[in-house]
Amino acid sequence: MVTHVPIAYYLVLAAILFSIGVGSFLIKRNIITIFISIELMLNAVNLTFVAFAHKWHQIDGQIFVFFVMVVAAAEAAVGLAIIISIFRTRQTLNVDQIDLMKL
Amino acid sequence: MTPACYLWLIPLLPFVGFLINGTLGRKLPRAAVTAVALFFTAIPAAIVAWLWSVMTAANAPEAIHAVSRPWIAISGFQVNFDFTVDHLTLIMLGVVTGVGFLIHLYSAGYMAHEEGYWRFFAYLNLFMFFMSVLVLASSFLLLFVGWEGVGLASYLLIGFYFKKDSASDAGKKAFIVNRIGDFGFLLAMFLLVAHFGNLNFTDVFATITQHPEWHGGFLTAIALLLVLGATGKSAQIPLYIWLPDAMEGPTPVSALIHAATMVTAGIYMVARCHTLFDRSTTALIVVAIIGAATAIVAASIGMVQHDIKRVLAYSTVSQLGYMFLACGVGAYAAGIFHLLTHAFFKALLFLAAGSVIHALSGEQDMRNMGGLRKRIPVTFWTMTSGVFAIAGIWPFAGFFSKDEILYQTFISDNPIAKLLWLVGLVTAGMTAFYMFRLWFKTFFGEERFEEAAHDAHGHDSHDSHSHGVHESPWTMLLPLVILGILSLVGGWGHVAFGKFLDPVFGTAPEAATAAGSGLELTLAAVSLIVVAIGFFFAWLFYYKKPGTAGALALKVKPLYSLIENKYWVDEIYGALIVTPLLMFTRLILAGLIDTGLVNGSGALAGATTRGLSTITSRVQSGNIRSYAGWLALGAAAILVVMIFGRSLWMH
Repeated sequence: MVTHVPIAYYLVLAAILFSIGVGSFLIKRNIITIFISIELMLNAVNLTFVAFAHKWHQIDGQIFVFFVMVVAAAEAAVGLAIIISIFRTRQTLNVDQIDLMKL
Repeated sequence: MTPACYLWLIPLLPFVGFLINGTLGRKLPRAAVTAVALFFTAIPAAIVAWLWSVMTAANAPEAIHAVSRPWIAISGFQVNFDFTVDHLTLIMLGVVTGVGFLIHLYSAGYMAHEEGYWRFFAYLNLFMFFMSVLVLASSFLLLFVGWEGVGLASYLLIGFYFKKDSASDAGKKAFIVNRIGDFGFLLAMFLLVAHFGNLNFTDVFATITQHPEWHGGFLTAIALLLVLGATGKSAQIPLYIWLPDAMEGPTPVSALIHAATMVTAGIYMVARCHTLFDRSTTALIVVAIIGAATAIVAASIGMVQHDIKRVLAYSTVSQLGYMFLACGVGAYAAGIFHLLTHAFFKALLFLAAGSVIHALSGEQDMRNMGGLRKRIPVTFWTMTSGVFAIAGIWPFAGFFSKDEILYQTFISDNPIAKLLWLVGLVTAGMTAFYMFRLWFKTFFGEERFEEAAHDAHGHDSHDSHSHGVHESPWTMLLPLVILGILSLVGGWGHVAFGKFLDPVFGTAPEAATAAGSGLELTLAAVSLIVVAIGFFFAWLFYYKKPGTAGALALKVKPLYSLIENKYWVDEIYGALIVTPLLMFTRLILAGLIDTGLVNGSGALAGATTRGLSTITSRVQSGNIRSYAGWLALGAAAILVVMIFGRSLWMH
């Protein structure tokens, strides 16, 4: 008899992952690290989707996860391209020095 | 076609002329501008002449109406573009189109070398349009349209030499002073609407006739407000001050607008509303007193002026005073008769004065004239006709009309009739004095002008290569001669004239005539003697012993300077009205309201927005991590609201 892992475990794990993502997003200065933390947040969300999909026996959550993965892939492609071009022009990846939109 | 169809053409043709000259005139050659201006004033004159023959024929209707579709129609109140011609309008139309055409012709010669030739004729045609609307109108409102329009044309023409400060100032003065009068006119119209619910002449006057018990009261109020309007337009005390300054305009304009036609609009209006005025003794007495006072005050100022046009300007104010006096004693026909003869001889005098100025290449000061009798004979003889006419010497036109007014004043039942008559009589003597003074100083004695210097351009500056004193071209002399003849014969039909106006003013009390003819002759003789005295003094002072006047002026210096400075009226108005008004405007309106309230509230709103925006723009730091922080905060806030908010607002 397979014992079910309670859903709370998944959710707590997802919350921890998400919080780590938010925290590093706010604290880190390197763009690539920030990028990674975004991926972390997305995957935390994915985990909750899958957990709920399993719990309620509904396929919607899993489909949504695929959408999120597609968007994340596209975002990674565009985002990395932007990062490369920023690095080429400014020779840095420190976000505090990339503040062109300041008034 | 019925005559009514042609009524529309009388104002519209000059308007077409105005449009052509006003839009294309700059590009057209001068001959074409002249042709357009003359053509579009000659045709209305011809139509009026034809109307005259229609209206005086046997079995002719008393009035011709041209009715339009409604102009303003609100529940129970309606005004149309309606024109009416009765005998009174016919006379006014004759003056406006006839004298108007002659002055157009004269202007073609007088203005030949002026800049802005097309502009002048466009304005002149515009004036003809509005003046015809004024006299043709069959309601107060349409009359007011013409009334304002002639004011506009007058303003444009006074300020014709707009590069000169004095000219543009005079234009503004005329406009603003007239506006004070118009204010009275407007209030009168409001009262009319309130009491009659209608602005048509026929309806209003019919209502008054149906209520013989109405006397004074609101009728007096309406009449007095109308008088205020008339004093503005017709240059009477207390609003006469604009007319002398209006002489800054070209001389033909002074002749047409500020002597013959526009300034008589007030008299026309009072005569048109005679039904109303007859019901208000107070208003009539006020009109008579204003008229008599204006006549004598203006005549006294005219005696000491040196500018030839200013003498004529004060003379115009004085003669308009006579017409007011006539209306005030209920002798409307006499007033209109004087209006007619005055249009002839005063237009003539101005045009002749213009011819003198033209001959002297812009000189206007009579102290620099003299001995011109032989040099410009046609001008001299025509001007002589005008001078004799205005002085009231038999058998010239002015004698008949002025004596009619004096006689009617004498026999009127006005409580101060005899005093008014005396004032009128003294004014007649003064008129003779200043007109013959002008005559002697201009045409007799030694030549006081310098013939060589013609490079300097004067007031109405003319061709720089003019050669000495010269007679004017035929376009200027022909109107002079025609008006000169009219000034002589214009008064001969005075008995027929009164009968001609009977349909408008009702039959005058004939009872007095039989007994009065002897009295009338006596009064005429008295006034002729007074005129002769005026002539004698002018002859003595300015022909026989030219130094006498100066010596006398020194002897009564305070009096002389009082009169020479026009009783300080401009200065008094300046101190009592203009300065306080300016102070109020500058301190309260400009300082407190405009700078403080309007600008202040604007500045306050701007400063507030700017201050708030500097605070909020700090959010836009450009720092990505701060954006991320705000984002996270926002998300957290939404979460908090989602989780706890519901319980907050549900219970």
